[in-house]
Amino acid sequence: MASLKELKGRIASVKSTQKITKAKQMVAAAKLRKAQAAAEAARPYAERLEKVMGSLASKVSISDSTPKLLAGTGKNEKHLLVVATSDRGLCGAFNSNIVKDVRIKAEKLIAEGKQVEFFMIGRKGRPVINRVYPGKIAGEFDTTEIKNPHYDDAKAIADELVERLEKGEFDVAWLFYSKFKSALLQEPQTQQIIPVPIEEGTDAKSTAAVDYEPDEEEILSELLPRNLTIQLFRALLENTASEQGASMTAMDNATRNAGELIDNLTIEYNRTRQAVITTELVEIISGAEAL
Amino acid sequence: MALHFELVTPEKLLRSEEVHMVVVPGTEGDFGVLERHAPVMSTIRDGEVKIFASAGATPETVRVEGGFAEVNAEGLTILAEKVVEEN
Repeated sequence: MASLKELKGRIASVKSTQKITKAKQMVAAAKLRKAQAAAEAARPYAERLEKVMGSLASKVSISDSTPKLLAGTGKNEKHLLVVATSDRGLCGAFNSNIVKDVRIKAEKLIAEGKQVEFFMIGRKGRPVINRVYPGKIAGEFDTTEIKNPHYDDAKAIADELVERLEKGEFDVAWLFYSKFKSALLQEPQTQQIIPVPIEEGTDAKSTAAVDYEPDEEEILSELLPRNLTIQLFRALLENTASEQGASMTAMDNATRNAGELIDNLTIEYNRTRQAVITTELVEIISGAEAL
Repeated sequence: MALHFELVTPEKLLRSEEVHMVVVPGTEGDFGVLERHAPVMSTIRDGEVKIFASAGATPETVRVEGGFAEVNAEGLTILAEKVVEEN
């Protein structure tokens, strides 16, 4: 059995761990509210833009002059997986869930004989991807300085992706992030962002004559980069909210586990103390009887 | 006699209401949208969106910077890059 001093030390150390997890939980809870509001406020724009994109994309005939963002490069060889993760840990399985989806997709693409490269947003996904697919990280975007994702941040990422596309560094891009459902539930998402996926069956309803000002192509060339930016922006916001949610839940569990551990240790400590007192008494009494 | 009007920015949904008419600053000129307007899709320039809550009412103006306007059967949707709220 552990000595009294040892037990005391262990209780103290678990208590200080609990303090940390509790603090992190409260911080996450406070940040979550803000992040959640931001993520939810951004949804209508993204949803409407997606609708507009869908109806526009189904109407435009694809020719050589169609922007690459819509039509693709005409090949399907090089795939870029854009992975958005968090910068900090202490958020449970949040990052590993995203990375798990990335690996499933990457394995599938590699099995089909495609080339796969990665573009990392956020710090936490990097080590894992680098270990499993060494040398395959084509680029990254540092978000450590960004507290709340802004539209301009998404724009910077979008610009870089478009530049890489123009250079022919990839043909298809996929985006991975975690959609925020609730503090308890975050769903990892896999989404094709380049070229824009055209939904089948949308053109049946939208055959009505629509006037375009200026014309389709000019609208498209403006709309496509914006759509990409918005998709990225949404991913960043959803990710921030999900990270805080996951962090809150994970830290809540950790705090509770630490509490249980402290209870058990305290019981053991008291038992040991009792045993020590009893032994001492027995020694004194037997000493007195011997006289 | 109402037009469903929505003004959305990347940050949030600013307006979603029934109005009489909206004047949109299109790239190729302003155009007014009433109920049952023909479907149009237009880019917009930096300028003022004028919202008429009812016929003859004083318009409410909102400054927008860049974006899109789409008119379809459901109404008018303005997807603005930025909105400068008048105070």
